[in-house]
Amino acid sequence: MLHHTVLRVVAKLLIPMILLFALYVQFHGDYSPGGGFQAGVIFAAGIILYALIFGLEDTMDALPPGVLKILSPLGVLIYAGVGVDTLLLGGNFLDYNFLAHEPTHGQHLGIFLVELGVGVTVFSTMLLLYYAFAGREPGQ
Amino acid sequence: MAHAFLDNLPALQVVIPLLSAPLCLVLARWPRLVWTMCTLVTWTAFGIALALLQTVLAEGPVSYAMGGWAAPWGIEYRIDAVNAYVALIVTGIAAVVLPYAYRSVPLYIHGERVPLFYALLMLCFTGLLGMTVTGDAFNVFVFLEISSLSMYGLISQGRDRRSLTASFQYLVMGTIGGTFVLIGIGFLYVLTGTLNMADLAARLPDVTQVRTLHTAFAFIVVGIGLKLAMFPLHLWLPNAYAYAPSTATVFIASTATKVAVYILLRFVYTIMGPALFSEGIPYGQIAIVLAVMGLLTGSFVAIFQQNIKRMLAYSSIAQIGYILLGIGFASVLGLQAALLHLFNHALMKGALFMAVGCFVYRLGSMSIEDMAGVGRRMPWTFAAFVMGGLSLIGVPLTVGFVSKWYLVLAALQKGYWPLAVLILIGSLLAVVYIWRVVETAWFAKPSLRAAEVREAPLAMLIPTWILVLANIYFGVNTTMTVGVADLAARTLMESMR
Repeated sequence: MLHHTVLRVVAKLLIPMILLFALYVQFHGDYSPGGGFQAGVIFAAGIILYALIFGLEDTMDALPPGVLKILSPLGVLIYAGVGVDTLLLGGNFLDYNFLAHEPTHGQHLGIFLVELGVGVTVFSTMLLLYYAFAGREPGQ
Repeated sequence: MAHAFLDNLPALQVVIPLLSAPLCLVLARWPRLVWTMCTLVTWTAFGIALALLQTVLAEGPVSYAMGGWAAPWGIEYRIDAVNAYVALIVTGIAAVVLPYAYRSVPLYIHGERVPLFYALLMLCFTGLLGMTVTGDAFNVFVFLEISSLSMYGLISQGRDRRSLTASFQYLVMGTIGGTFVLIGIGFLYVLTGTLNMADLAARLPDVTQVRTLHTAFAFIVVGIGLKLAMFPLHLWLPNAYAYAPSTATVFIASTATKVAVYILLRFVYTIMGPALFSEGIPYGQIAIVLAVMGLLTGSFVAIFQQNIKRMLAYSSIAQIGYILLGIGFASVLGLQAALLHLFNHALMKGALFMAVGCFVYRLGSMSIEDMAGVGRRMPWTFAAFVMGGLSLIGVPLTVGFVSKWYLVLAALQKGYWPLAVLILIGSLLAVVYIWRVVETAWFAKPSLRAAEVREAPLAMLIPTWILVLANIYFGVNTTMTVGVADLAARTLMESMR
């Protein structure tokens, strides 16, 4: 796709914005609409746009499927890990009050970590799905 | 530490399998480690289920607030005699299936993908346990989807390409079922503004818009009916069981429909029962008609199957008919019989599918024709199959007899003596289809294929025989099953008053 100059320039301008917006949705999710799921989808959409225009190979070089295959379960482990941590600290499963000295801070930290887990899993799974479909040889 | 463990048993029942599923993927490079971990996880889960059942029997229902949010607002895990009993079935079967999987899975799935299979199996296990222990109606739907999605994946892993169509068929039917359940739960939420099961049960009798309630009931029953393969909604089941890998078949056949039956009981009796059954609409009789049709057609069609796994799958549809029959009686004795058959059918179908998995492992074929004479080459597997078959027929000293005995008692108590005759006819039909296999496998001249096989590996035979012996043990010593089923049936009937 080397000859599509307009597409390439516009994409180069847009992709950082998309990724930044994804991070905003991720980290501002506890105050405004959004959260890990939406952020993960937006972040993956940015990367997929890159892959559509600059090719699958370059994308896979930057984000190898092997890494994504670790990231995808890792997100779930972060989520469940927070729950297990609260158990060990003496609370119920996912009772964020126990994560910090003050319950409010604990709630902040808890939702932040859990949403991070969701974001990581959704992002990597979306991208793995894209790789799986885009990587198929025609007629396979 | 020990304190944290014991207080949180209801959460850990679900969380430990949930954690193991992503760990399977992280540790994918070491398949043996993955298998060891999954086995230990299922054994731990079995231990937790036993501990929970003991607590429930000693101290009454256990309630657990997820995230520390109290019951009607937060998600509550609530365990009483009914779901402690179902959790015991699910974890018990899983604890036997995992050792069996060690040799059986590589036959279907190669190399790198084995850990993925275990991840799916653990997710399915998580989903089923979550549906069982939760006390929140929406949480049921979430776990229903977790277990269903992983089940579609498990079924599609068969050797035959037909497993893909079977899985897709189930995907379509299962998604419709799941959506119906969600719509039904949505209606209940609109009516009452709550999702907690106990809270729903308390508020529904005061509801004035009865038509919405009836619609919710219809959606939920049809949705769950699809999941548990109730008679006219059973068409996905035979192919799904037949073409899935042996391990997946054993696990799904002995747990998934059981949990669906439990959800049906929970919704119909505990949640909506008090509001609906005072109106005098004959729900019980409708269930009985469907149950009898399922029972007879399932058994009858099973007789004409060429594929042994399909034959057992149709027999499962018939057995679900027995369970529904007990539920339809709407009496303590009927529910007790249904709950007993839940447990007993898990044991006998588990044993039968495991024995068939051993045959398939050596023969490489599922057709009854190819099994000619194989019984003499694989005597232990064959003996296990015969014992499982006897239990399915309902011969005394096996579990099948216990549940059928209670079912006949419940039918006679209600004065439905023709139903008692139909139950016996169902058993006779089971004699016919089990005998067909026995005759071919033992008395026929060995086929070329069968002449070369030897006994199944011990790693598969031992779990099979554990289930076979359980069939006999619980058929002789019925104190535990009958006692718990009786308590569970009373718990369910109490909410109706």
